Amino acid sequence: MNLFVDAFFLQAGYNAALVAIGAGLLGFAAGASGTFPFLRKRALISDAIAHATLPGVGLAFVVMVGFGGDGRSLLGLIAGSAVTAWIGLLVIEWISRRTRLAEDAAIGAVLGVFFGIGIVLLTVIQAMSAGRQAGLESFLLGSTAGMLFQDAIVIAVGGSLAVITTWLMRRPMTLVAFDSDYAASMGYDVRRIDLLMMGLVLSVTVIGLKLVGLILIVAMLIIPAVAARFWTDRSTSMIWIAGGIGGASGYLGAVLSASAPAMPTGPIIVLVAATIFIFSLLFAPDRGVLAALFRHRGFQARVHRRQGLLSLAAQHPIRETYTLRLLAREGLVRPDGVPTDAGRAQAAKIARDERRWDVAREFYQDAGLTGRYDGLTPIEDVFTSDEIAEFDRRLGPPVTVRGD
Amino acid sequence: MSRTTQPEIASELGHAVGPAHAPRDAALALQGLTVSYSEKPAVFSVDATFNAGGMSAIVGPNGAGKSTLLKAALGIIPRLSGEVRVFGKLLRNARAHIAYVPQSASVDWDFPTTVLDVVQMGLYRKVGLLGRLSGQAQSQANECLDRVGMADFAHRQIGQLSGGQQQRVFLARALAQDADLFLLDEPFAGVDAATERAIIGVLKLLKNEGKTVIAVHHDLATVRDYFDHVLLLNVRRIAEGPVETAFTTENLQATYGGRLAATHLDELAVADGGR
Amino acid sequence: MGAEFVQLSLTPILIGILAAIACALPGNFLILRRQALIGDAISHVVLPGIVVAFLLTGIISAIPMLLGAAGAALVAVVLIEVVKRLGGIEPGAAMGAVFTSMFAAGVLILEQSDTSNVHLDVEHALMGNLESLVWLRAEGWHSLLDPTMLATLPDELVRIATVCAFVVVLTVIFWRWLKISTFDEGFAQALGIPATALGLGLVVVAAIAAVAAFDAVGSIIVIAMFICPPAAARLMTNRLEHQIGWSVAFATLSAVLGYILAGYGPLWFGAQGAVSAAGMIAVVSGIILGVACLCGPHRSRVGVARKAVA
Repeated sequence: MNLFVDAFFLQAGYNAALVAIGAGLLGFAAGASGTFPFLRKRALISDAIAHATLPGVGLAFVVMVGFGGDGRSLLGLIAGSAVTAWIGLLVIEWISRRTRLAEDAAIGAVLGVFFGIGIVLLTVIQAMSAGRQAGLESFLLGSTAGMLFQDAIVIAVGGSLAVITTWLMRRPMTLVAFDSDYAASMGYDVRRIDLLMMGLVLSVTVIGLKLVGLILIVAMLIIPAVAARFWTDRSTSMIWIAGGIGGASGYLGAVLSASAPAMPTGPIIVLVAATIFIFSLLFAPDRGVLAALFRHRGFQARVHRRQGLLSLAAQHPIRETYTLRLLAREGLVRPDGVPTDAGRAQAAKIARDERRWDVAREFYQDAGLTGRYDGLTPIEDVFTSDEIAEFDRRLGPPVTVRGD
Repeated sequence: MSRTTQPEIASELGHAVGPAHAPRDAALALQGLTVSYSEKPAVFSVDATFNAGGMSAIVGPNGAGKSTLLKAALGIIPRLSGEVRVFGKLLRNARAHIAYVPQSASVDWDFPTTVLDVVQMGLYRKVGLLGRLSGQAQSQANECLDRVGMADFAHRQIGQLSGGQQQRVFLARALAQDADLFLLDEPFAGVDAATERAIIGVLKLLKNEGKTVIAVHHDLATVRDYFDHVLLLNVRRIAEGPVETAFTTENLQATYGGRLAATHLDELAVADGGR
Repeated sequence: MGAEFVQLSLTPILIGILAAIACALPGNFLILRRQALIGDAISHVVLPGIVVAFLLTGIISAIPMLLGAAGAALVAVVLIEVVKRLGGIEPGAAMGAVFTSMFAAGVLILEQSDTSNVHLDVEHALMGNLESLVWLRAEGWHSLLDPTMLATLPDELVRIATVCAFVVVLTVIFWRWLKISTFDEGFAQALGIPATALGLGLVVVAAIAAVAAFDAVGSIIVIAMFICPPAAARLMTNRLEHQIGWSVAFATLSAVLGYILAGYGPLWFGAQGAVSAAGMIAVVSGIILGVACLCGPHRSRVGVARKAVA
């Protein structure tokens, strides 16, 4: 526990502190940038972009070694991975536009094939440079061990640029994400904006690749945005909430990992984010599952109650057991389905409400008012008491039916 | 053509809620049907009886739940409450009697299949999962294509069809089912005049053969010409009955709220004698 | 091409072909239903499945690992549905959230558990080891006719052959349901076809194929096999029946060419050793898809594309 507290306040060693800050910044950038692909309903393009970096990493390695370097320079890897990931993006776009294949097929194809190219390159490199270690594993899972201060700078600068660009371009990107046809009709270059969105994802991906690895950067691009969705309906708030969740996950994850032996950083970060996501899914006040469950139960009860009372008013037998149980619990019917006095009174009240609504619709053709009648809203909620008195005056005493 | 066989019930209610038991000759009987998406009812407590041999329209403004009603009646989407009976039977026992023509926009027309293939899908209930499509079945499919005027298109890929042609193919598919009750979702939406004539021609022939046709219909101007029975829907059942008595200005106003100009209504609706 | 071929190359090529076909068949329907990326999800959750199976059983043996992988695939599919329905999240994001979390959990457990005794090779799990699935006991082509020899075939071949046969049989049996409900789900339901259960069944079968193919080509490459041959086939024809045929042909071609190029390609360039067969198979399938995109007779979109509803 002490170790955790130390790590939390960046007192657990230079490397741990660096990783925590770097992960926090990266998480923030990933969360914010991942918001718009999520809204655009192409969250998994992040996966394709991430997998398409592998050939670039391999090529960059080969080139750097060829020029006499050691092949592990972060900037070199970033450059290489960015190039092939960008090509992958363009291929996805080309396939979706030029052929009858849908976008998901294009994404999956690029993902698998580019990764395959990367694997082939990797085996070539392993054969060439006998005994080189930094192979697939660190690419996939990241390696925090050798993190340098300049790596943190790269993350900080790159991440900040990504976040700032996301914020500045939030209006066009929201428009395109919500309704690209409308955006086009307003004169926006939808293609450019889409490429910008994906370009931001690409930047965050290549920056974070070394630290958390391929699979996990994809998690940071998707999970915080999904979690943020449960807390707000406005895209601008989503950017900051997703960023916050991402940043918190990054920081907490790194801290947790530093405070326990042999806990790999990347997976812990993702699992922290996943926990926040599950919490949001279940407990968010408006859109969370529990809140929706309560609302639905209440709604269902209201519907059945009203239908039950209407049946009573029309002297029809109620056949659904749920309705009978509901009404019996309120003391409105006896167990055999015969209405009690209280039940009869309620039924008459509901029936009156129905008739008042009929009259209201006749005289108030304003769809806004009568549109509020969804079968459940009592008339007292929409009209004033003197308006209702006017309806009653027209209704008069109980009348026989209209010809229908 | 009375909708109910029971006397109307005098009560606090201004209109009858519906018969307690569905009449035995009803092709489709809905009772208390409620469907909701999240917390808003899309269709609330709808009672409706469609007699056998009738040609009925379901009309209402956008968002009134017309397609939802149809899909819930077919069991394609779940209902919150209410009962559905087809020729007096439960839905799952009556599937052989029903043919459904969905909106043509609901399908990916780039799917790799030919026109004839689509029509043969209608023969499914006869051949089942594993049965062979006999030569007789093939010719039946061709005959259905002929009835909608698409016999020459049998081997064309469906993506090459126009909107009207797509609608005709869907109708041919329904014809191949040899059903007694036809449920169509906006069959005339987005089709050309020739197709509209062709479709209504086929539907009238079906009615003459004693089949029942129920269609969600978007064009109020043609209700009186095409249909003899109408259900006016706006989340709730506003009115239902023979076109002469139910398709009135008053009912249309109640259904559409303020969305129809008064003069327009007078053209569309049946003249209200004595009002 | 005598005894050496039969000993060293025949079984890997056969396994590759069968794995590719087993994945391509369900892939045809997945891409028509816009569910192609479920293959991505499945291939990522295979790792945690294997890790958990290893932990529970303590042994590295095929059956527990395959069961673990299949179990993980099922768990993933269920969780994805839960997130989609309860959370109202679009399918791609739901998949991404679930499989990356599961993958992270798998890696965590892997790193945490003491694997000093047995080394679960991450690279192997992801890339497969097709090249080593050899049949050293064989003596030549005649061994194929010798029952005692056949008993020494690598287990992986028997497994993938069984699964491939299973997938083929299911495709044939449920053909009509698959075709009708993929084209028009509402109509299928009105006919009484259990379209929802069928959709779930399709994903489960795809998961089984992925798990079985995992032996041969590892988990990540499987997604290329789900998508590239059927996608290329889609661009070649307008008949579903022919599309299936083309996808099997392309899958076979990818497997054969990929293996040969991986094994012999470097030699042609004067280099030693081989490159990853799994990677090469994916690359070849990609090249085939690329050529189809450029020259396939039915590559253009006809009519208005429907928005994804998967």
